[in-house]
Amino acid sequence: MALTEERPLALPSGDVETDYSPTGVFTRPTADTGWRSWITTVDHKKIGIMYGATAILFLIIGGLEALLIRLQLWSPNGTLLSADLYNQVYTMHGTTMVFLVVMPIGAAFANYLMPLQIGARDVAFPRINAFSFWVYAFAGIFINTSWFLGGAADGGWFMYAPNSGVVFSPTHGIDFWNIGLLIAGIASLTGAVNLIVTVLNMRAPGMTLMRMPVFTWMTLVTQFLLLFAIPVLTSAQILLMMDREYSANFFNVAKGANPLLWEHLFWVFGHPEVYLMILPAFGLVSEILPTFARKPIFGYPFIVFSGVAIGFMGWGVWAHHMFVSGIGPISVTTFSLTTMFIAVPTGVKILNWTATMWGGKLRFSAPMLFSIGLVTMFTIGGLSGVMHSVAPMDTQQTDTYFIVAHFHYVLFGGAFFGFMAGFYFYWPKAFGYMLNETLGKTNFWLMLLGFNLTFAPMHVLGLQGMSRRIYTYSAGYGFEVWNKVATVGAFILASSVALFIFNIFYSKSKSKNLPPVGADPWDARTIEWMTPSPVPAYNFDPTPTVSRVDDFWYRKYGETKDGKLVRIAKTEDVVQKRTDGKGIHLPSPSYWPIVVAFGLPIVGYGIIYSLWLALIGGIIVVGGIYGWVMEPPDDPDLAHDDDHGPESHSSSDGAAHDVASESESSTEAKEVETVV
Amino acid sequence: MSETLTSRPSIAEADAHQPGAHIDHDTNTGISNTKLGMWLFLASECLLFGGLITTYLLYRRPLEGPGPHDVFDIPFTSVSSFVLLMSSLTMVLAVSAIERREHQRMRVWLGATALLGAVFIAGQIYEFTAFVREGLGFTTSRFSSAFYTLTGFHGVHVTIGIIMLVSLVLLSMRGKLPEHRSETVEIVGLYWHFVDVVWVVIFAVVYLIP
Repeated sequence: MALTEERPLALPSGDVETDYSPTGVFTRPTADTGWRSWITTVDHKKIGIMYGATAILFLIIGGLEALLIRLQLWSPNGTLLSADLYNQVYTMHGTTMVFLVVMPIGAAFANYLMPLQIGARDVAFPRINAFSFWVYAFAGIFINTSWFLGGAADGGWFMYAPNSGVVFSPTHGIDFWNIGLLIAGIASLTGAVNLIVTVLNMRAPGMTLMRMPVFTWMTLVTQFLLLFAIPVLTSAQILLMMDREYSANFFNVAKGANPLLWEHLFWVFGHPEVYLMILPAFGLVSEILPTFARKPIFGYPFIVFSGVAIGFMGWGVWAHHMFVSGIGPISVTTFSLTTMFIAVPTGVKILNWTATMWGGKLRFSAPMLFSIGLVTMFTIGGLSGVMHSVAPMDTQQTDTYFIVAHFHYVLFGGAFFGFMAGFYFYWPKAFGYMLNETLGKTNFWLMLLGFNLTFAPMHVLGLQGMSRRIYTYSAGYGFEVWNKVATVGAFILASSVALFIFNIFYSKSKSKNLPPVGADPWDARTIEWMTPSPVPAYNFDPTPTVSRVDDFWYRKYGETKDGKLVRIAKTEDVVQKRTDGKGIHLPSPSYWPIVVAFGLPIVGYGIIYSLWLALIGGIIVVGGIYGWVMEPPDDPDLAHDDDHGPESHSSSDGAAHDVASESESSTEAKEVETVV
Repeated sequence: MSETLTSRPSIAEADAHQPGAHIDHDTNTGISNTKLGMWLFLASECLLFGGLITTYLLYRRPLEGPGPHDVFDIPFTSVSSFVLLMSSLTMVLAVSAIERREHQRMRVWLGATALLGAVFIAGQIYEFTAFVREGLGFTTSRFSSAFYTLTGFHGVHVTIGIIMLVSLVLLSMRGKLPEHRSETVEIVGLYWHFVDVVWVVIFAVVYLIP
């Protein structure tokens, strides 16, 4: 790879910023601690933590909605919720869990970990990163305010038109859903651009693409999926908005509208969407399984390319959501076949994880248990997924609880188990203390039990013919027992999530009496574990030079001829010491991301209620963007207190380039040394 | 791996303090972050317009009201399309001017680009009002909704481009756009060319296909 291509840079060293006076209407904020530091931060780590915390708040909301659903279905002819309220609750449960929980937790890990895994200082556009987070947070709040403003959306998370038109849903619920997700789409899009540029452009010396940790690879694939999937949803939502707010005819069947248009557009987005929800979790367990098996990941290129293959093939399977919509035998056959094919790269990954564990010295810590939970539970969900590729069978199962069981096995048993594994694994890195292992293991077994009690019976219910989205059922169909089991399971599941949240605070209070965790509590493999825990603002000092996959591991361990692992260096000698970080140039905080993001929901309320409000929101957005652009690029006094002239700049640039290109050709550390 | 199994000699690590390690100073691909970001954004925009163009193709034959070729004035729209395409030329000239450090000339060409874009938008507004007078309202038929949404959406993109161009001229007049930031002009240019290319597709699909 040509890392060393000589070309004039955008800022050639020498004639920088001397004659250039930034328009400093406002100075940049400087707070390092307190609430100001959080709302103005552009640090990818703080933003990652905020993504995670906000997503957990929405998880609690979405979880309570799930419990309401299960209580309603506890016995035949349930009366807890009316039919109308039930529609709103399941719609908001799905919307919340997909858009406000699973996607943001993926973004949380991507934000926090990916720059650390590639040895970067921050993401490519730190202010846009903060903007993405605030847009997401405000969009989530915006959608949920519909509960207090005449009722929430009630069309299911896929919001099929024309059913979601004004005729069938006259309240503002669907408007809130529609405009809220349009706003959230801005967050996903800007986040995707930001993270892709970061991975492609900002890797540490020697970190070629095929040396990147698997999680970083999966982040890259995920963000590309977002980049191309979100605009398709956006275009569909613009059509729906035009229909609902301005009486257009996109879904007006009386004027010849095609009711399949929304379904196609939605699922062209929707199927890549399910892969972009699961791939971050795949990346996380690909980090965790090798650590606790003390073996490298089995078939690194295969696991990378199967992830990329899923990213490509995910675009060719959308119509398997529409087998019963009358799309014709040719389409059904085509999409049946593509759906069967996409099981292959997924199967490759399952095989690789199993082979990684095979013969390893397994340590069954909490993160490992959750990872194994993902591998097993996702396999069950994957198998029921392949069943749906068989069109005649799919016809039987469509809109029954069998589908509900399937996608909860892949999204909860897959994505969420992976996220739990990631939380337990990376908690010491992010917060400087370990989560209690005993509670963690209890957490796992409780969650596994609750999960299977909730969703396994739904397979049976579905095959018995219980349809999705009905708010009640009559006695005598044989649904009673399994619904009761599922409801009990849902409460066990909720208690396991509560136990996790308790564990956070419990472990925090206990950690005061314990020695600090150190940089590398798990004896891990990738370079993010070289940073002190919790990670300092500057990430790495010095920036590591990477010479192979699992670079950090091979700084600690070597192999004898017969493949035995031998420790060659003490962990304490290999990891980085916490420095004061003086002189490391960091992006300065900024007020503007939250200001611009704040304007967007106001525009949203304006579109629904009054265009005057939209005008005010628009002024905030545009004014915020101008403030953003005019903001001085940096505070020159901050973090620049050691002198480095232009000369040292250009020379050290060259050195870094040489290391990068040379270590490419050889993994021998000695050769790298001779270059410098 | 080696047989001796000694600790690896301390590898020369890149100094984190060097300004070169600061973001934006050098990149792995050699393309600057902002330019790569703009390319990715435009890739995403392709899908957005793709969705709207597909919708238009599905709905271009109305069940009632005037059809496409009852209202379209092809010569008029051809002229306004030509004006928009010429704005790409002036945009290129603006980028080339700033690279030769000719600030005054760059401002002239940027202004010309914005003006040509504004002429196009004025043409679109005229066209829309003429269509409405001929009985093609936004809610008249499935064709009218799809037509106004697609072309209007493109018009919004052109308008945002004009705002960016005018902002660049104002920044430059106040001396806030020195040569080393010339890439900003190039990136706005990328957006502008993209909007033009999309119009070529829309013009062909909407106006020219019988």
